[in-house]
Amino acid sequence: MAARLGGAIFVLWAVASITFFAVRLIPGDPAQAVLGGPGSQASPEALAAVRTEYGFDKPVLVQYLAQLGRLATGDLGRSYALNQDVGPLVLDQLGGTVLLAVLALALAWLLALALAAWSTRGGTVAARVGSGLEIVAAALPHFWLATSLIVVFSIWLGVLPPISTVGAAGLVLPVLTLAIPLAGFLGQILRESLLAALESPFVLSARARGESERGVLWTHALRHASLPAISLSGWAFGSLISGAVVVETIFARPGLGRTLLTAVTLRDVPVVIGVVMIVAVAYILMTLLTDAATRLVDPRLRSE
Amino acid sequence: MTMTEPAAALTVHNLRVGFGADPVVRGVSFEIARGECLAIVGESGSGKSVTARSLLGLAGANARVGADQLELGGQTVLGLTDRAWRARRGKDVGLVLQDALVSLDPLRPIGREIADSLRLHTTLGAAARARRVLELLDAVGLPEPATQVQKLSGQLSGGERQRALIAAAIALDPPLLIADEPTTALDVTVQAQILALLEHITRAGTAVLLISHDLAVVSRIAHRVAVMHDGRMIETGRTEQVLGAPRHEQTQRMVAAIPADKPRGTRLSLSTRPRDAASPVSADSTVLANSTVLDDSTVSAASTVVLEAIGLSKSYRRPDGSRHLAVDDVSFALQRGSTLGIVGESGSGKTTTARLLLALLPPDRGAVRVFGEPWSAASEKTRRGLRPGVGAIYQDALGSFDPRWNVAEILTDALGLSPGLRQRRRAPQTTARLLTLLDEVGLAAAVLTRRPLELSGGQRQRVGIARALAGRPEILICDEPVSSLDVSVQAQVLDLLDDLQRERGLSLIFISHDLGVVQHVSDEIAVMRAGRVVESGPAARVFAAPQHPYSVQLLAAVPRLPA
Amino acid sequence: MSDLEVQAELATQAARSGQPRRLGLAEATAGLLAVFLLVAAVTPQLLALGDPLGIDPLSAFMPPTGAHVFGTDESGRDIFTRVVHGTQYSLVIGAAATAIGLGLGIVLGTLAGMLGRVVDFTVNRFLEVLFAFPGLLLALLFIVIFGPGVATATIAVGLSTAPGYARIIRAQLITVRSAAFVEAATVLGRTRWQILLRHILPNTLAPLLVLATLGIGQAIVWAATLSYLGLGAEPPTAEWGAMLSAGRTYITSAWWMSFFPGLFIVLTAVTATVLGRSIDRRMRHA
Repeated sequence: MAARLGGAIFVLWAVASITFFAVRLIPGDPAQAVLGGPGSQASPEALAAVRTEYGFDKPVLVQYLAQLGRLATGDLGRSYALNQDVGPLVLDQLGGTVLLAVLALALAWLLALALAAWSTRGGTVAARVGSGLEIVAAALPHFWLATSLIVVFSIWLGVLPPISTVGAAGLVLPVLTLAIPLAGFLGQILRESLLAALESPFVLSARARGESERGVLWTHALRHASLPAISLSGWAFGSLISGAVVVETIFARPGLGRTLLTAVTLRDVPVVIGVVMIVAVAYILMTLLTDAATRLVDPRLRSE
Repeated sequence: MTMTEPAAALTVHNLRVGFGADPVVRGVSFEIARGECLAIVGESGSGKSVTARSLLGLAGANARVGADQLELGGQTVLGLTDRAWRARRGKDVGLVLQDALVSLDPLRPIGREIADSLRLHTTLGAAARARRVLELLDAVGLPEPATQVQKLSGQLSGGERQRALIAAAIALDPPLLIADEPTTALDVTVQAQILALLEHITRAGTAVLLISHDLAVVSRIAHRVAVMHDGRMIETGRTEQVLGAPRHEQTQRMVAAIPADKPRGTRLSLSTRPRDAASPVSADSTVLANSTVLDDSTVSAASTVVLEAIGLSKSYRRPDGSRHLAVDDVSFALQRGSTLGIVGESGSGKTTTARLLLALLPPDRGAVRVFGEPWSAASEKTRRGLRPGVGAIYQDALGSFDPRWNVAEILTDALGLSPGLRQRRRAPQTTARLLTLLDEVGLAAAVLTRRPLELSGGQRQRVGIARALAGRPEILICDEPVSSLDVSVQAQVLDLLDDLQRERGLSLIFISHDLGVVQHVSDEIAVMRAGRVVESGPAARVFAAPQHPYSVQLLAAVPRLPA
Repeated sequence: MSDLEVQAELATQAARSGQPRRLGLAEATAGLLAVFLLVAAVTPQLLALGDPLGIDPLSAFMPPTGAHVFGTDESGRDIFTRVVHGTQYSLVIGAAATAIGLGLGIVLGTLAGMLGRVVDFTVNRFLEVLFAFPGLLLALLFIVIFGPGVATATIAVGLSTAPGYARIIRAQLITVRSAAFVEAATVLGRTRWQILLRHILPNTLAPLLVLATLGIGQAIVWAATLSYLGLGAEPPTAEWGAMLSAGRTYITSAWWMSFFPGLFIVLTAVTATVLGRSIDRRMRHA
């Protein structure tokens, strides 16, 4: 556990350092960026004031240490564009994205499980159809899926809002957009490992004891089959974050993803760093959770 | 007709099983009485496992099963619905598979697995089931059942978990128990214990159907033996009768192939092309010139040590940081032209010893000397010059070949020529040398263009031997060379090695877990246990009068044919 | 894990369970699509005569008809022509990004796999850190620094795929290096260099073809995503992502402006997946 914590702190430090030094690579005067970019004709006095305020006049090493110090105390700096503290800003947006991601992950698991269970029991034709559906689902880009869903459900059928404001109905399309491609990936992994599990000797033993196919599936096979899919969760999280950037933008939904994209477009460096740091923390938490889930399902890992 | 219990626990008449268009079982008939043990023996692909699974209605979703008669305990099971089958499986017939590590669900405690049969077929409550599980574990001889029920199959030893698997199969005391290769993955001493347990179950009145590839193993407990070949039952009879006077040619071949108790030099395969040991081999006159064709009497007279292990030790670091002594102060010497057999169970350090002998690992202490020269202590650069003199044959022949190469490329490379040359650009004399090599190991020229993946297990091992011979070695180090082969193929490969040894005057280190094989091939023998050589000496002496208690135990457990 | 590692893992699974030689319907279709896409990329005039940028305001917003099978956009440009001509952009961007990712991946993976434990440890920690920028995050960070545009988007996608390639290559190297056939070559008296050139490198590099095929599909989707978000190619360039981005404004009235370019992205990605798996299976069973 101590090693894990150490590893987590190391990764956070490295992420902070990489972002800090990467940002130094931006050509031009950061003070200019604070005052609205090269287009704005800021006075030399204003620039000098900003330099002092943000510490741009100090040596790089001092700035670096100051930055680390601020991060350690949870201070993520001030947005250039919004003139607002990044910490509260980012935390405000976190909830919406987490809700979206959790719902999408749950739906993806449900879809994948249903498809995998159906296609392993339905013979070769079902397996092929299932596999084909999954490959196509996994290849769907979020932005196209989102637009297509809007066209069908909002414009043609008019049953769901194209804009995700408050309310459950607004969540349906964003969640579907994120869940369907993910279900494609999870489904493929689940189905293949389910097939492997169903052909393993312990399943033959269980059948020879008189276990029903449903019993075989629920007491034995699904548990084995879920292990490889669980280990994908860290990756799934990353894919959901990328997806959130697109989905929140398209559905005009407040969240980390949209905040990040706006900040990238405006080159609002502190906000970008803030989001990146939050995502890194979330990613680390996700890997720890994945580990815990794996141990829960696989008692072989617990004894050691 | 009487109303008493029917004599036959199982009656099978003209059972046929096919997958797609391929018939796998082509009309098999037999019956087993209660308290009887019938063994079905056959090589891989003979249809024995499919037969066993059909008796549980588990031949597979795409299998077509038909029979004139198929009765379990006097009641027909032909055309049963899935639900009706489920009610019978576990209750009327139990199944034990090979290797309980994967035949019991590795994610569930063994107690739960055993209790499943009770949960499915009885109305017992959880507490009653738990009590019954403990009784069952006790009955199969698992020590301390109360602590073991919570364990996963991976936390038990091979023998312990096989006992647990048997306990799960006999939980409802089914009148018929089918055991498909129940001892195949086990060490020989554990195998003997499991066989004794199955024998005990038979005595208690259960009908036991034992499926195995190994005639010698089943001869220990089977009352009757049925031999399967190519989907048919070619011979059935009392065990002594089938093994003592086999009638069918395939049975004769299988009986002849059993190496245990066959003196060194006896042919095991009834091969159609027995090689003339005295005929000189064209391409290898140089080797023959300085070693001559040796018979057994000259070996001892002219013996010199060609390879020597002196106080070898090697330890590994375990994941938890502690060190595990895999090889502990091992010494032996290999005499020119003779075979030194190294035998041991899993974890005895055999394979580490092989890697030390091949200088793939440096020893922690001690040394290996080859032809009187330093070998383990030499630099790889110096050793490289001597490497052609020391050949190696591996258990996993397939893995030892580069998957991108075909046989011609593998052997061209082994001859020290550039393997990149495709067939068209290969020099005629190279092709001639390749063909000579293939001929020596009994392979046809057609295999040259094949990749190892496309060859049978026996062919792969022959290519492996040809590769080892290409450098004209004097020493061959064979690490479990026949362990993954069928018995009749094993016999051919052992005969081939024997022929090559005579023709070329080779000195062999023969490492195996199989005492029968080692007994047949070895002049000298070293018995290893937990990294140490516990006993060594002339094979005849060790087998006739073992000194160390472990050797005594090991030898008692060797499956051999009834005298 | 990265997208690529997941794709590679899925391909391995499919290869293990799939039938070795039979040419399936999916593979045949994917093969034909690949030929179509390659022709569209090399000589788009062969498939669509018109000018992808040619304006015809009179026929703006035409739904799909016989004359304009995919319809027209707000300036009356023929969408089919634009989609066909856009193939070149997408494939070149995808190939370039894959080349960058694969190149970096080979360097990092080889360093880690060949140069001993210290380098391996260092590279591994470095990769671990990069994985904490999941998905498109690394690409977005890169774009913040170097500004949007086709070139930066391409490099950004390449960079963000590199850690995945590196990890796969490292794992493959380590597997091959400890393979039984490498030991067998040592026993035959081969030198380290001979073993490296004859066994380790060819067996490590062989799966790269599969990786690259799977990777191009992924890179095309990511690059199109960046264009869609306005960080890569810009309208009216006939790049698929940019076309979708332009179509977004007219989503309520002209669905075909978004639908068809996106369909081609999906088809390309599916083609890459199916072909990659097919090559993988064939190489394993060859």
